[in-house]
Amino acid sequence: MHPPQPDSPPANSANKALVDDSFVPVRAKLIEVAAFLDRVERHGVDGDFRCQALNKAAQVLLDGEPERARRILESLSDPTTEPDDVSTGKPAVGAWQKPATQ
Amino acid sequence: MRYIEPHGHMVSRTTNDYQAMITAGCAAVCEPAFWAGFDRGSADGFRDYYRQLTEHEPARAAKFMLPHYCWLCLNPKEAEDLSLAKDVLAMIPEFIDRPNVLGIGEIGLNRNTRNEMKVLEQHIEIAVKYDQLILVHTPHLEDKLKGTKLIVDLLKSHSGVNPDRVIIDHVEEHTIQAVLDQGFWAGITLYPDSKSSPPRAVDMLEICGRERIWLNSACDWGISDPLAVPKTAIEMRHRGYSAEFVDQILFQNPVRFLSQCPKFSVPVT
Ligand SMILES: [Zn+2]
Repeated sequence: MHPPQPDSPPANSANKALVDDSFVPVRAKLIEVAAFLDRVERHGVDGDFRCQALNKAAQVLLDGEPERARRILESLSDPTTEPDDVSTGKPAVGAWQKPATQ
Repeated sequence: MRYIEPHGHMVSRTTNDYQAMITAGCAAVCEPAFWAGFDRGSADGFRDYYRQLTEHEPARAAKFMLPHYCWLCLNPKEAEDLSLAKDVLAMIPEFIDRPNVLGIGEIGLNRNTRNEMKVLEQHIEIAVKYDQLILVHTPHLEDKLKGTKLIVDLLKSHSGVNPDRVIIDHVEEHTIQAVLDQGFWAGITLYPDSKSSPPRAVDMLEICGRERIWLNSACDWGISDPLAVPKTAIEMRHRGYSAEFVDQILFQNPVRFLSQCPKFSVPVT
């Protein structure tokens, strides 16, 4: 109904600035991910489903395909389609775990 | 620069925040009803909250010459208790004609349960009956994808709902296109650790176009930034977008959606 209307900024020095300005902060975030995975392993909690989900989601970074952000979000999402019968009462935690009863 | 904050929970912000928003160019603020951080004990708690949203908060904003609008509902986080929901929803029509009420919101889902779906359906009925705009909250984190699909399907199945008059908020890269494809408006929320960051918000504009999208801070009592919207303008200009582009996204787009409510007046800037 409303096809995407790709919108690109005017080609100018802003394109190079995109890397110049963002590389170091993004580099820092990637190292945080690595340090987190090292840390949970060192402390013996890397079996937690959230850590495993993070490891799995990180594989998306390596496959060379586009839409990495969308695919990582999908990988961390509840894949079921029916409303839940009852609320667990707990807040969302960031990764989906198959309920033990299913 | 001028901008509209279309989603700010100002009851939980300090007066300094009003001052900072005005200084940054805020021309109007819209406040959806939401969860107080704890479950309210009775329907009377909501009556006081609706009075706060329709009487006290607009007066507080007016001290800074800032137009304040609000949305009314029972937040999905409190929708598990169906008898409380019944009492609260029955109270909404009493407040709906107040001069700063824009519509029903932020309704939606929290943990995607059957009771939440029932209460969402009841809110949609009120919106249709009273010809109100709708503002939808989509669930957090791992629940967002499924919840957004359930919400979109429910809205599309109701013959009285016009997607032009519905904004589905807190979209991210995995939900924005489905929302726009169904003819709804999409809200991108700028939050520090969840939802979207300014660079990701501008990425979504580049991929999905500049129509039917607004940006908001959804600032509340949690870690959030009431200046996240104007800060995203800096990201846009940095990438080479014009001041006109910034104005369209931050001012003209929300004005276009909100002007569908006759009570909304375009701010004079
Ligand atoms: Zn909100």
